[in-house]
Amino acid sequence: MSSRTGNSGLRDDGLVRAGRALRLALLVALALLFLVPFYLLVRNGLATEQEITSPDWTFFPTDLQWGNVTELFEDSSVPFARSLLNSALIAVATTLGTLVLASLAGYGLARIPYRHANKVFYAILGTLMVPAAVTFVPSFVLVSSLGWVSTLRGLIVPTLFSAFACFVFRQYFLGFPGELEDAARVDGLGYWRTYWRVVVPNSRPVFAAVGTIVFIGAWNSFLWPLVIGQDQNSWTVQVALSSFTTAQVVRLHELFVAAAVSILPLLLVFLLFQRWIVAGVERSGID
Amino acid sequence: MSREKKQKQGKREKQESHRTRWFWVFVGPFLLGLVVFTYVPLGWSVYLSFFDAHNTVTPTEFVGLGNYTALLRDDAFTSSLWTFCLFTLFIVPTTYAASLALALMVNRLRRAQAFFRSVFFLPAACSYVVAALIWKMSLFNGVRFGLANTLLGYVDADQIAWLSTTDPPWYWLVIVTVRLWLQAGFYMILFLAGLQRISPTLYEAAAVDGARPGWQVFRHITFPQLRTTSVAVVLLLVINAFQAFDEFYNLLSDARGYPPYARPPLVYLYYLALGQGQNLGLGSAGAVLLALIVAVVTIGQARWFGLGRKEADA
Repeated sequence: MSSRTGNSGLRDDGLVRAGRALRLALLVALALLFLVPFYLLVRNGLATEQEITSPDWTFFPTDLQWGNVTELFEDSSVPFARSLLNSALIAVATTLGTLVLASLAGYGLARIPYRHANKVFYAILGTLMVPAAVTFVPSFVLVSSLGWVSTLRGLIVPTLFSAFACFVFRQYFLGFPGELEDAARVDGLGYWRTYWRVVVPNSRPVFAAVGTIVFIGAWNSFLWPLVIGQDQNSWTVQVALSSFTTAQVVRLHELFVAAAVSILPLLLVFLLFQRWIVAGVERSGID
Repeated sequence: MSREKKQKQGKREKQESHRTRWFWVFVGPFLLGLVVFTYVPLGWSVYLSFFDAHNTVTPTEFVGLGNYTALLRDDAFTSSLWTFCLFTLFIVPTTYAASLALALMVNRLRRAQAFFRSVFFLPAACSYVVAALIWKMSLFNGVRFGLANTLLGYVDADQIAWLSTTDPPWYWLVIVTVRLWLQAGFYMILFLAGLQRISPTLYEAAAVDGARPGWQVFRHITFPQLRTTSVAVVLLLVINAFQAFDEFYNLLSDARGYPPYARPPLVYLYYLALGQGQNLGLGSAGAVLLALIVAVVTIGQARWFGLGRKEADA
């Protein structure tokens, strides 16, 4: 009896090992599949136009065309450098603005007792249900009546009030250890100074997490910049790229190198802050 | 009331008004912005939708429900709603299953877990615009130099004009794979977080009860324990599918405009309100209809899941 269980145990061991190997093989295959688009981006960005469109497709371009990068920035028909600068300004401003506004609101909601705090919270949470893209027509009307079309202001200000960020901060501050704040109160600090001197310095991970998520969202957003950026000087990188893909004549090597350049800043943010992004997504408290 | 009591009460009131003031210092700026840039546009949208407003932000003629009836009689709009429904019905379960499967596989890895997690999450750094570009210009290009057609060439299969044929509708494959690639890793992270919260004692108990590892454990322990994560993921997926714009716009439109097929409502409204006609009244009516549908679906879903929870508890 005992030997039989021993045997089946051995067999199970073999099965388990085979299963694990199979799973690993599947994962490796999937990982390669997930990386193919990145590879295509780089391959085409560093190939000649002929090599991209050649029917005799090769895995590696014969020699790397680093000149594509300089060509992209010298091409005056698309203001690519300008659009990069716009995107950078917008992403940084949106991130900083969102962090300040949403963290203050989140703190107030979580830590300052007020009779109607819950009602205010639900009014904020309710806007999560309104898909942002659904309000683009009236938002466009509003921004254009303010005279903000094609301005950085028009691209930044309306996006600063992220209910999602506020929600994450509130959840985080609800669990913030009260002893630290009590100590600050004893030292005679008010809400304002307690917040800036005690709470913020002790909450860096959540700021980093929300900041990177907001930064990525701002850098990648498309519909709003498309609607508001009506002249070339206010284009973001995404709008500039899109104008490449919908143009009549497409210079493919330039297009691909532009796309590759456009994701570089994000890959950098991503590699630096990945741990925090993951923590932030987990913490976003979707439950 | 004694003087002492009165003093106490006065002090308390003073404290309360002090707190209230600080509450508004902290929350006020954010709430004001939200009102100006979300609540006002929403209200304005509802208001505009009852008017005839071409090329202007000040409505001219009151048309009542005219815009709504015009839209619902408009085949282009109803077909775009239908397109959205089909898209949602397909993309939500597919992404759900794919990201859950990835999470289950990655979670059981002993080594290199961080590596695989990063690889699957990496596409989240790509915008829909960049992804659409790779798909349209390299992976699924209609001419021979696209990767998919090159591969088909190796097996002597016919070339496919991926994005420009409607029969069979190959463009769906292109659209669905873009979104899967971009989103699966993000939802995988949510599932991974959910999986790590499940107490190991539950699995031990299951093993003692003789549950075979694999399907039985998944069905009776893992899946029920992931319930809250699942609800959140499905909700987010539906809302995101509803907002589909970027990849459709970038995959299918070209210098001549947008083809009449595979048009989600947002793309349609974009052309309607900000295209040549600049019909803001009609566009607003569409936006309101869209918002209503999202609200009904979201609330309906929450209710449905909520009822399910009660049954599970009972």
